[in-house]
Amino acid sequence: MVIDAAPQPNKVRWGELEEDDTEDLDFLLPPPQVIGPDDNGIKKVIEYKFNDDGDKVKITTTTRVRKLANARLSKRAVERRSWPKFGDAIHEDVGSRLTMVSTEEILIERPRAHGSKAEETNTVGGDSLAQLTKGGAVLMVCRTCGKKGDHWTSRCPYKDLAPQPEAFIDKPTASDPTAAASVTKGAYVPPSMRAGADRSSGTDMRRRNEENAVRVSNLSEDTHEADLRELFSRFGQLTRVYVAIDHKTGLSRGFGYVNFVNREDAERAISKLNGYGYDSLILQVEWSTPRPN
Amino acid sequence: MRPILMKGHERPLTFLKYNRDGDLLFSCAKDHTPTVWFADNGERLGTYRGHNGAVWTCDVSRDSMRLITGSADQTVKLWNVETGAQLFTFNFDSPARSVDFSVGDKLAVITTDPFMELTSAIHVKRIARDPSQQTAESALVIKGPQGRINRAIWGPLNRTIISAGEDAIVRIWDSETGKLLKESDKETGHKKTVTSLSKAVDGSHFVTGSLDKSAKLWDSRTLTLIKTYLTERPVNAVTMSPLLDHVVLGGGQDASHVTTTDHRAGKFEAKFYDKILQEEIGGVKGHFGPINALAFNPDGKSFSSGGEDGYVRLHHFDPDYFNVKI
Repeated sequence: MVIDAAPQPNKVRWGELEEDDTEDLDFLLPPPQVIGPDDNGIKKVIEYKFNDDGDKVKITTTTRVRKLANARLSKRAVERRSWPKFGDAIHEDVGSRLTMVSTEEILIERPRAHGSKAEETNTVGGDSLAQLTKGGAVLMVCRTCGKKGDHWTSRCPYKDLAPQPEAFIDKPTASDPTAAASVTKGAYVPPSMRAGADRSSGTDMRRRNEENAVRVSNLSEDTHEADLRELFSRFGQLTRVYVAIDHKTGLSRGFGYVNFVNREDAERAISKLNGYGYDSLILQVEWSTPRPN
Repeated sequence: MRPILMKGHERPLTFLKYNRDGDLLFSCAKDHTPTVWFADNGERLGTYRGHNGAVWTCDVSRDSMRLITGSADQTVKLWNVETGAQLFTFNFDSPARSVDFSVGDKLAVITTDPFMELTSAIHVKRIARDPSQQTAESALVIKGPQGRINRAIWGPLNRTIISAGEDAIVRIWDSETGKLLKESDKETGHKKTVTSLSKAVDGSHFVTGSLDKSAKLWDSRTLTLIKTYLTERPVNAVTMSPLLDHVVLGGGQDASHVTTTDHRAGKFEAKFYDKILQEEIGGVKGHFGPINALAFNPDGKSFSSGGEDGYVRLHHFDPDYFNVKI
């Protein structure tokens, strides 16, 4: 926070006088005071002003001045800092805004989830997924490009190139008179409910998330998905690990879900880990109950 | 991290360079004025007016007093970094593509493009300490490679010059005699134009980026291929972290295709790779066009990228970058 403690210039323009409703009582106020920064870098700025009701208000702003620990600059670099501007930079308008700080927070995007190793998933136990694939049944079908056995949908190299799902456009076809009729009525029909839509897919997706799901609660705030994966993967193969994160604080909300490939593994995990002391808290591990809706 | 956006150039960026202390950042673009910025807050310090064409490249002396710039106006100019004054102009008969000061700043290697029936060439110029004594004559001229030489840099102890360009072959030349010492193997080497070349802080190895969608790490002395980093887009710019074992690749599809494809498919991120494991660590998004230039601050704590979109984006890393694990 920067507070300008410099005294106001004495020259008062008439235009400003007209606009100022707060009268010219400012001279009654004590001048602003700046205390510090002290040894801890605490700086206090005390200002006085009149509030809307005409009462005198004292505003104390406490700020901490920090020196950057690693700001080691060579003598030359410090000198360069005070070099006068040259070239086009001399007459640079204040409003030109050549240098701006991005309004967007840019993160280094990891190609896969933090801490989870892609290869790790098929090292434990019977490696059932891999066996299934080898057995001839092609499980790995990319939903984006339709390629079989090459990659999962989430890893599809053509993901970006895939056309937008056209479900919203809802093109009525000649062979589908009901759909066309519903469009003309103007009532919204969700894509999954439309005639000709693959009704199974939507419900399928939901069920998949609830399959062999184990709810883990009483987690400490420092527990991440990678930790849960480490803890649970010794019981069998996992399909999903999820820790609920509070969107505001970015901290864990203290519970999460783990989905197992095999139900037996999940059962074993529950019997072993329920009541297990983890990171100074006692874990509560149970079957996840599907949502009432 | 919140990158700092610097919009000083009207046209696509071509090259970025930090000085040795890491407090100044020099940017070159296809507009005619190289610009210097403070590398911490992105404030513009000055511009170097005088070129009459796209500026392809620059280099700054170790003491941050002299700047050398190579331009498509067929000149290479020496500048006073502090005042922006022109000190000397080398005139060529074809556009200058790359410049590099030797260790000690007494020599500079300049490459010129093939132009009007002239072949490409590598010139070595002596740089006088006093600009009034500067002469234009070349200490050495090397000719031979076909097509443009996109980059030529000094090898260890100034004994060699490493060059690479349109013919996709990396070559090492003797800097005294101009003799060709080593050539990269056609089988293992790049398949398409080498667009960029950047050496490690200690000069022991260097990395090349190519339009064949890969970057390769080479030994500076023996020219043995050490590592290959595969990506899914043409590589326009490469750089290496001086602090961690990270290689950064920048690229994207050809500028002429940008308007015809979705921006998500353009792959305009700067991609971080682990130098040793050759695995991708992450990507930094932000540019609206392909990345043409990348530079790492010598302290390894920030890097900047320049794009076809005319922006320089200066990224100061968050603390968690320094303990990323694969």
